[in-house]
Amino acid sequence: MASDRIFGAVVTLVALAYIASAMQIQSSFMADPVGPKTFPILIGGVAALCGIIVALRPDPDPEWPVLATFGSLAVAVVVLVGYAYALKPLGFLIPTAITASILSYQIEPRAGRAVLAGIGLSVGLFLIFKFALGLGLVPFPKSLTG
Amino acid sequence: MELLSNLAIGFDIALSPYTLMLAVIGCFIGTIIGALPGLGPSNGVAILIPLTFTMGLDATSALVLMTSVYYGAMYGGRISSILLNIPGDEPALMTTLDGYPMAKAGRAGDALVLSGVASFVGAFLATIGLMLLAPMLAQVAFLFGPAEYFALYLLAFATLGGMASNNQAKAAIASCIGLGIAMIGVDNNSGLPRLTGGNMHLFDGIDFLVAIVGLFAIAEVFFFIESHGKNTSIGVKLEKVTIPVKDIMESGWTMLRSSVVGFIAGVLPGAGASLGSFLAYMSEKSIAGEKGGFGTGVPKGVAAPEAGNNAAAGGALVPMLTLGVPGSGTTAVLLALLMTLNITPGPMLFTERPEVVWGLIASLLIANFVLLLMNVPMVKIFVKVLSVPPWVLLPGVTMISFVGIYSLSGSYFDLVLMVGFGALGYVLRKLDVPTVPIILGILLGGHMEDALRRAMVLSGGDWKFLFSSGISITLWIVAIVGFVAPMFLRKFLKKPQRITD
Repeated sequence: MASDRIFGAVVTLVALAYIASAMQIQSSFMADPVGPKTFPILIGGVAALCGIIVALRPDPDPEWPVLATFGSLAVAVVVLVGYAYALKPLGFLIPTAITASILSYQIEPRAGRAVLAGIGLSVGLFLIFKFALGLGLVPFPKSLTG
Repeated sequence: MELLSNLAIGFDIALSPYTLMLAVIGCFIGTIIGALPGLGPSNGVAILIPLTFTMGLDATSALVLMTSVYYGAMYGGRISSILLNIPGDEPALMTTLDGYPMAKAGRAGDALVLSGVASFVGAFLATIGLMLLAPMLAQVAFLFGPAEYFALYLLAFATLGGMASNNQAKAAIASCIGLGIAMIGVDNNSGLPRLTGGNMHLFDGIDFLVAIVGLFAIAEVFFFIESHGKNTSIGVKLEKVTIPVKDIMESGWTMLRSSVVGFIAGVLPGAGASLGSFLAYMSEKSIAGEKGGFGTGVPKGVAAPEAGNNAAAGGALVPMLTLGVPGSGTTAVLLALLMTLNITPGPMLFTERPEVVWGLIASLLIANFVLLLMNVPMVKIFVKVLSVPPWVLLPGVTMISFVGIYSLSGSYFDLVLMVGFGALGYVLRKLDVPTVPIILGILLGGHMEDALRRAMVLSGGDWKFLFSSGISITLWIVAIVGFVAPMFLRKFLKKPQRITD
């Protein structure tokens, strides 16, 4: 119940914010009868309405994981975002090995196997991408190889 | 006889050794993707699109490869349903109902072969149906103006939201999220940026591939972290595989009927393969009656959903190719592929690029035979795939997704956005909000708005123009009925939930 009420409220608020920013869209002088604002405002309106409906008539709560699991999900998100930033400056192999190990450990917490899986995936996928598919991946940081 | 000459064009392309090789590779990869629990056809095809794109395949080759993967995944989905009681993808859910009991009774091999044959019958008949129906529908599609297209897009959202979800309001919210995202970026008509918040990265809009891979593949990783990869390893041993001729013969009519039911369900925009297998199973169950013993592991209960599911997969290609409106989550992903390849589906596709359409249809026919060969004698190879542990598989999927998206634009921004979509997908699926309408919204949002604006330009701003033709009124009515009717039917047509031991 509570989850859906919160979800509905969030959807309604976001939809209203969306409508507000759609109002700010500049029209050009040669606008068509509908213009660039109408459709976004329409979408926002429908979303806001449905958000209210969900908040008023909520479904039963889903089974949310315990707090510790939320912690590890948050860790996963942070690691993946870090990976996204690291991929370009640090090359493919090292960030991939680290990220894959962490994810593997989070799915099944056995450190040794996770590290092996990480290194194996990193090297294996690099070979496949580089030589079988011909993608231009950089293996190591540019500063190391010169 | 136009059909035959068209087919000749198609086979001319599909039978070249290179295309044939792509079809075989696609079938193989597809079956593996379908068999792996947690990697359905939508995820699988979505992850592979950026890679095909960077491989520099031409449009027809890429299309042949990916549709083989699509058909292959539909075949493969049954393997984990039968052996592990885990549907490899959503449409394979119905196969667990009789497939798993049959496997537990020591007839795993029989169930796999029978379902392989049923998949073949369903997919083969559906491809024939596609061949006959698609050109006719393409003719009708010429009558569609912007007002009709607007109503048609609305119909797709309405039926998808109405039938494939448990809560209409949530499905509508999902559609709005997708449509709202599609609005971001430079407006085609005025050339001015919309809703970008001044962020330069958003001026081009949000790439639908980023959203698809995030919502499907990355979200799946979060689910596996939550469950620690549990409920994946308990399975049934597969002994020797023989061909159960008697069962196949007895299920003959079941397969034919289920194929027809599945194909029709597939053609309806928005309904898709899940509905196909569901309706096929339910109708066979009622034909067989109490004595049929559906749910206890009878061969017909395995044949019906598999034939229905694969027939629906073929049927879903009809609206996708002729109207540009996908009939299911996976065809939405295939539509994304077409858009990436700069092919606009629609009636013009049949007249302007017949080689694409007929090459595709011919390779579907070939892929079917390849898949039958792979899935009956070689089924043991794919069973081996099931023993890949999730702690290797899921990190691997993540890394492939990252490389795929990274190779599209080479910017970290898309990767971060993808992780964001993954987190969003996790929360939404927890809240029972369907994610397929989001994809559909991102894909069709631009077209839908264009249709509305062009209709209004034609009529000079008169809203009544939207309801001015017979076709558009019919579409509006079907859309409203498709959205509202399931609310009342839900009591009678309860989706069967997964059986647990």
